[in-house]
Amino acid sequence: MTTPASSTADNHAWLRRQARWSPYELAFWLAVLIPFWVFPTYLTLASQIAITALFAVSVDLVLGYAGIVTLGHAMFFGLGAYAAGLLTKAGWGEPLSGLVLSGLLTALVGLLVSFMIVRVQHLALLMITLGLGLLTAELANSLGWLTGGTDGLQGVDVWPVFNHFEFDLWGYTAYAYALAALFVGVAAARRIVHSSFGLSLRGVRENLNRMPAIGSPWRRHLQIVYTISAGMAGIAGAVLTHTTETVSLDSLSFQRSADVVVMLILGGTGRLYGAILGAAIFMIARDQLSDMNPQYWYFWIGLLLMLVVLFMPKGILGGLSGLLRRLGG
Amino acid sequence: MIGNLAIVLFDGLAFGMLLFVLSVGLSVTLGLMNFVNLAHGAFAMLGGYVTVLVTRELGLPFLWSLPAAFIVAALVSVGFERTLFRRLYRAGELNQVLFTIGLVFAASAAAAYVFGTAQQPIQLPQFLRGVTEFAGLRFGSYRIFLIIIALVITGLLVLGLEYTRFGAQIRAAVDNQRAAQGLGIDVDTVFAVTFALGSGLAGLGGALAIEMVGLDPSFGFHYLVYMMIVVSVGGLGSIAGSFVAASLLGIADVAGKYFVPDLGAFMIYLIMIAVLFLRPQGLFGKR
Amino acid sequence: MSEIMLATQSVRKSFGSLEVARDVSIELPRGARHALIGPNGAGKTTLINLITGQLAPDGGRILLEGVDITHAPVAARVRRGLTRTFQINTLFPDLTPLESVVMAICEREGKAAQFWRPLTSHGDAIDEAHEILARLRLADEATRTTRHLPYGKQRLLEIALALATKPKVLLLDEPAAGVPKDESAMLFSVIDALPEDMTILFIEHDMSIVFTFASRIIVLVAGGVLLEADPDTVRSDPRVREVYLGSAHGH
Repeated sequence: MTTPASSTADNHAWLRRQARWSPYELAFWLAVLIPFWVFPTYLTLASQIAITALFAVSVDLVLGYAGIVTLGHAMFFGLGAYAAGLLTKAGWGEPLSGLVLSGLLTALVGLLVSFMIVRVQHLALLMITLGLGLLTAELANSLGWLTGGTDGLQGVDVWPVFNHFEFDLWGYTAYAYALAALFVGVAAARRIVHSSFGLSLRGVRENLNRMPAIGSPWRRHLQIVYTISAGMAGIAGAVLTHTTETVSLDSLSFQRSADVVVMLILGGTGRLYGAILGAAIFMIARDQLSDMNPQYWYFWIGLLLMLVVLFMPKGILGGLSGLLRRLGG
Repeated sequence: MIGNLAIVLFDGLAFGMLLFVLSVGLSVTLGLMNFVNLAHGAFAMLGGYVTVLVTRELGLPFLWSLPAAFIVAALVSVGFERTLFRRLYRAGELNQVLFTIGLVFAASAAAAYVFGTAQQPIQLPQFLRGVTEFAGLRFGSYRIFLIIIALVITGLLVLGLEYTRFGAQIRAAVDNQRAAQGLGIDVDTVFAVTFALGSGLAGLGGALAIEMVGLDPSFGFHYLVYMMIVVSVGGLGSIAGSFVAASLLGIADVAGKYFVPDLGAFMIYLIMIAVLFLRPQGLFGKR
Repeated sequence: MSEIMLATQSVRKSFGSLEVARDVSIELPRGARHALIGPNGAGKTTLINLITGQLAPDGGRILLEGVDITHAPVAARVRRGLTRTFQINTLFPDLTPLESVVMAICEREGKAAQFWRPLTSHGDAIDEAHEILARLRLADEATRTTRHLPYGKQRLLEIALALATKPKVLLLDEPAAGVPKDESAMLFSVIDALPEDMTILFIEHDMSIVFTFASRIIVLVAGGVLLEADPDTVRSDPRVREVYLGSAHGH
């Protein structure tokens, strides 16, 4: 794949190639339009997948690129979901501005949390992210007057997108809306990971010890990406609220934090599309096996996790791209 | 009021002692190898189901089932350690977490398949049922038993670690693995044995837990969070740390549920976050 | 006497009862080519860790261009022009040398946090990276993944990363550690060709290299400076011989 470069022009060209939209990517974005015509009965599932994929992409930014393990990212997803829901209940049901406001709010919370996150590592980091997630879920549960508690937030009224596209029963608008959010999210994430900032994030992941020795303010880098990621997760949550017109405590649950990490690992970290592939596989499998007792469904998830960790450390997409490279010589 | 307080403290301490037995092995193995072994929860659950089988199917008394729970959990765990876990010692903590949580998922599904999802009842001997009255207060006999067992285990662990050759080897390896290797200590074997003992204690904890908190296939997952709080707040590799953290957590949990049920587990998570932010190595941790 | 770029004043450090730095006072004038030698365990790497801030001294002061940096964080010292390399490769295994060096340059220029700007728009940084890599004979490997580079090339990348920070003072911790003898001579000729006004202190075990490339030699024994002198004086000093040969035979 890599050819020796001996002039600086070659280096420029090589770096440009790394950031270019590949034909596979274009094919992927065309393929995701197929459900509109071919599987309209699955549009609801398809929008769920797109929302979860956006959430997984936000986690990929911190976990896959910057290497910060997080077991509590659902706190941002759920915060965004509740923010969007409460905004409509307060009388403002315009969805796009709702997304922006929810994203800004969760980004702000992310920024505050980031001061804590970048000062701990290893087990303490795991436990603090886990604890913050559990804490938020408990808080939402006990603030029943605000969140509706275990009944969830009811009576969310979302206005039509662009004042024109009503969220219909069949889910056409919902899927288009979720897909557009995912596309914008991925395009933004792409831009970030292919910037000098994205390179420094990979530096932090690859060798944290070296970063200060090249003069890097790496803690600030991590705070920035954590803030962006929190905002993106919040927007994913807000999209869920807008498309389902309800919010439940489930959006903040540890289960959601854990599932998203599982999806990311299955698909492959640090490659954005791994997050999307993992989310799709996970959600489709769960849908197909939904008549199975959830206890048994987790047997297969557990087994798959163990196999991926042992034999496919780069996830399914990483394994596939390695295979393609070998086939291509 | 004073009486309530005494009972809450007592119940909290008993719960804390249960958490201590469940967690202390994880603390020591984490301190030794930095291996984040969430499967510890699965070994605890295994111990619980061993006790259920031994008492119900073999008809043996409850007290006999406790060593069985210990031994089976120890043997099974060391099998996993030798074959699978050791491949992950050099992997990042995320991979360790995912692999071992995968094992917990699979184990709880297997338990649901074999035993069903219902709570498992067990038959306790007469002297462990009911309550013991003291100074006008009624203390659960089983909880007294639990506290005594935990104190005996703590004593044995401290004595074993301080005064035996093997204990000295463990301490050396926790302090500095490379230096211990340099002194001719077979860290590999030390770890395997410690791992077996630690998981055995988890199995014993699982068996002891049935009467107090029940046993179903979600046990391994549910109590994992408690175990991880004990280990991280107490500090890796510290028996005293685990003991203190488990006691505090047990008392805080019971007192919280009794006095401020609305706040739920909120306070516990808040305290854990605060402690870990101010002392990432835990209360008694060295690193 | 030219300007003193880096100075340590009575720097002390102990690990428990073990004194690893005993009142170490050294001075590096601008353009220095000093070698730091001493038997294993003398505290050479510890001294570099203290100077660059990886370790905090128990006492004493560290001055960079006359400014007290004793308590400055590692990254702040690098931005002031004090950079080191590591004895054990401390690289970015999944990045290419090009990416690693471009990253270090962007960090130096304060452009690393610009997450909205494509990497390819930092044209000057990419050109400069090529220039640094070419100087260290890494141009042909610029776009190969670091983990697949031969060991000797990785040692060169270790230096390239340091150069990308535009150091005024460069501390090289056994740059040729683990490199075969013929390659290490090549490596030191690359170091020798660095700009003359760059101040360099290097740790090296091979005495023939030390005597070839160092203009002055600091001998460290048991955490303290035994002697600082020109190569000829060090070569003939009986104490150095005793310490050095004694330890060399002890292996």
